[in-house]
Amino acid sequence: MSAALLSAAGVTLSFGGVRAADGVDVEVDTGEFLAIIGPNGSGKTTFLNLCTGYLRPTAGSIRLEGRDITGLSPRAIARLGIARAFQIPQLFAEHSLLENVMLAVAAEQGFWRPLRPLDRPAHRKAALPLLELMKLDEHAERAVSELSEGIRKLADIALALALRPKLLLLDEPTSGVSNAEKFALVETLAAALHNENVTAVFVEHDMEVVRSYADRVLVWDQGRIVADGPPNAILSDPRVLQNVVGVT
Amino acid sequence: MQLIPYAVAMAGIATLPLAFPWLSFLFVLAIAMGFAALGVALLLRAGLISIGHAMFYGLGAYATAFLTRWGVTDLMLLLVGTAAISAVAGTLVGAFVVRYRAIFFAMLNLAVSMVFFTLVSKLYALTGGSDGMRVGAPTLFGRAYSRAVIEAVLLYGSLALLVVVGFLVHRYLQSSMGQALSAVHTNEIRLAYLGVSVRAVLLAAYAASAALAGIGGFLAAVAIGHVVPEMTYWTASGQLVLVAVLGGAGTVAGPFIGAFFLEAVRSLAAGYLAESWNLVIGVALLVVIFFLPGGLHGLMHAGFVPRGRAA
Amino acid sequence: MSIVLPLLVDGLAEAALIFFVAVGLTLVFSVLRILNVAHGSFYSIGAYVAVLLGTWVIGRGYAPALTFLSMLLAAALVAVVLGPAIERSFVRWTYGRPEAVQILVTFALFLIFEDLQKLAFGVQPYSQDAPMQLLGVSSIAGVVYLNYSIALIVLAVAVAAGLRLLLARTRFGKLVTAVVADREVAQTLGINTERVFVSAFTLGVFLAALGGALASATSGVAPGLGAEAIVLGFAVAAIGGLGQIEGALLAAVIVGISRVVAIYFMPELQPVAPYLVMLTVLLVRPFGLFGSPAMRRL
Ligand SMILES: Nc1ncnc2c1ncn2[C@@H]1O[C@H](COP(=O)(O)OP(=O)(O)O)[C@@H](O)[C@H]1O
Ligand SMILES: [Mg+2]
Repeated sequence: MSAALLSAAGVTLSFGGVRAADGVDVEVDTGEFLAIIGPNGSGKTTFLNLCTGYLRPTAGSIRLEGRDITGLSPRAIARLGIARAFQIPQLFAEHSLLENVMLAVAAEQGFWRPLRPLDRPAHRKAALPLLELMKLDEHAERAVSELSEGIRKLADIALALALRPKLLLLDEPTSGVSNAEKFALVETLAAALHNENVTAVFVEHDMEVVRSYADRVLVWDQGRIVADGPPNAILSDPRVLQNVVGVT
Repeated sequence: MQLIPYAVAMAGIATLPLAFPWLSFLFVLAIAMGFAALGVALLLRAGLISIGHAMFYGLGAYATAFLTRWGVTDLMLLLVGTAAISAVAGTLVGAFVVRYRAIFFAMLNLAVSMVFFTLVSKLYALTGGSDGMRVGAPTLFGRAYSRAVIEAVLLYGSLALLVVVGFLVHRYLQSSMGQALSAVHTNEIRLAYLGVSVRAVLLAAYAASAALAGIGGFLAAVAIGHVVPEMTYWTASGQLVLVAVLGGAGTVAGPFIGAFFLEAVRSLAAGYLAESWNLVIGVALLVVIFFLPGGLHGLMHAGFVPRGRAA
Repeated sequence: MSIVLPLLVDGLAEAALIFFVAVGLTLVFSVLRILNVAHGSFYSIGAYVAVLLGTWVIGRGYAPALTFLSMLLAAALVAVVLGPAIERSFVRWTYGRPEAVQILVTFALFLIFEDLQKLAFGVQPYSQDAPMQLLGVSSIAGVVYLNYSIALIVLAVAVAAGLRLLLARTRFGKLVTAVVADREVAQTLGINTERVFVSAFTLGVFLAALGGALASATSGVAPGLGAEAIVLGFAVAAIGGLGQIEGALLAAVIVGISRVVAIYFMPELQPVAPYLVMLTVLLVRPFGLFGSPAMRRL
């Protein structure tokens, strides 16, 4: 058995005529900070949807620590240790930011206690440091529907982190975050992930971010991985420069 | 200090019937309806509208009638029995309907309740058909009492039940399971991505809502002494939805406020409106939707409660 | 066989009536994206108006054949009077609002209609039998059929085919199809979506009222008819897949047959047979036979 944390083999899915995943083979090793780049519509989000069970591949298989998770529901896969942050933030609009994170904390610590308040010290104690880490603590009590898109992106990541996953999938974590804050955010994320021993895969458009932080880069095009290697090698490949960097 | 209005209301419900004994019956009926509407309100939190919940109200009532027919007359046993029966029925029906949202959920509840209504109306040998069933005289801890005593027990018992169950439901709504209801409404997919079973969240709420409606049906059955199929008809379900929305579905007190309000209107206007009660309900529902989105409770608290803390 | 065939004709005739409700519901849903709980009221109002008109025709001594015309007239009248008025007032207000609000508003309308009918027509059943008498019976191979029932089945199939033609061949149909495919694009193309909404809604009202008018000749019209119509109509629309005309037709046939099967094997189950079919179909295919889930992109 391979030591890979996540492995995909021959994963395929089409939407009508569009091949959003066209026989994807990839292995992600524990501890990696892996970047996915590629033009819009190349199937990056679809790959995350497949890994988390939101979409089912028509062919191929996905394994987590050697265990076949193909076709499991997003809930089952989340419980097995894959968490996800979304390209468009997915939050609970009627709750405050703190309550959002506490719901995630409760999901991780034990959800099925009908008479125990969500807002309890143990949940706060787990949620507040996450908000601090993401520099969100000043917004803790505000309704998420009032927050700006950039803040909501960070909140979305905080929810995923609260699950203490083995593998974190981040879909364009820095889109919507200002250029000035991008690097600080990825720096914090990388450090936090390293501390908690979390493996992460992140879709990213900013090549400087990729160059500075990724251990490895996958280049996506039309549902396929067309290049895979360390950032310096990949980002100096003229094909990649033309296909990806040229577009973004 | 937020408790003061509630304490005043409780004291009023407890003492007014001493001066006006005929109020006792009305109050018990209002509390019964409030329980059923609270069940509807739980589901409203998840954005789900059941237009069939009178089925569980009727189920609690018919279960009470059957239990007394079979010799179970103790009020405590009846309460526990009917709550358990409706919770089980809620779990079975819920296992099917919580897979659906929006109009599907509403209509499937309506459909199931119409099947139930058809059955209790048509199975004449068992349920007495449209004549309904008599509810046997209740006892308490093995002893029979006069009607006057039973009426007092019902009033103060249902008040106590309101406080205890109301507190439990309040706690439930504050828990992760309860808070997850509105999370289902706002972002079901994210909840699943947190590893939480959305179905389990909804099924628990549905079973609880059925049990609450069943308790309401039990109180009404004992108070009236007779149960009829109309209790389960879809227009009765519509009334429960109105009461939940009217009072404000966001709180435990809301449905009870709505129920007392509606019961008051009905007894004051019975002579004029009996023939067109559904019309009144429908118009009131439109008025609340168009003009009072927070319900009566929201109206009373407007300006007093900081935003986001109203629950 | 000699028992089954008449039962089958009966079952399919009833299914045909429900099909009129279901197809209107489905049409309105696909164009306006709302499911109108008050839709069943149009069925019962159509039935009442048809009986009143039919009784008037007979009472004045006109030819009984005119009752067919009066049924059609009743449906048209209900559609023209109620369709635009309801769409422009309450229904329009709910566009773009949460589904919960749409359900509450149309449900409130349903409650109101229920009592308005009671106030207008009382609670005693109304009926007319001229149309059924007029068509009489025919006997094939020794088995007797009501011609009216056969006519209902033929009419339902004709209406389904007519709707298909209307949508595929006419200018109105093209407009509707464009609005169903993409409302925003249709709007930017200069299509008057509001007009399409009113027309589609009114057509839906007409179909439901026509079903009720035709039903008034087969059984008594009394309070509660509308509730049954909306629930059965919804069941048929849901089994077929919301928005699917052919799906509704197939579902109506299945529901009709299920009733026959129930009558044949377990008569007590007959009233609940359509619901059992709905339950089974939705358990296996949550979006109906021809429906498909709408998935949110993440
Ligand atoms: N749910 C869906 N239905 C139909 N087509 C889809 C769906 N999701 C993605 N696609 C299509 O699949 C392709 C890949 O999309 P996506 O994975 O979102 O790309 P990326 O994230 O790389 O921009 C695109 O052509 C997109 O239009
Ligand atoms: Mg994407």
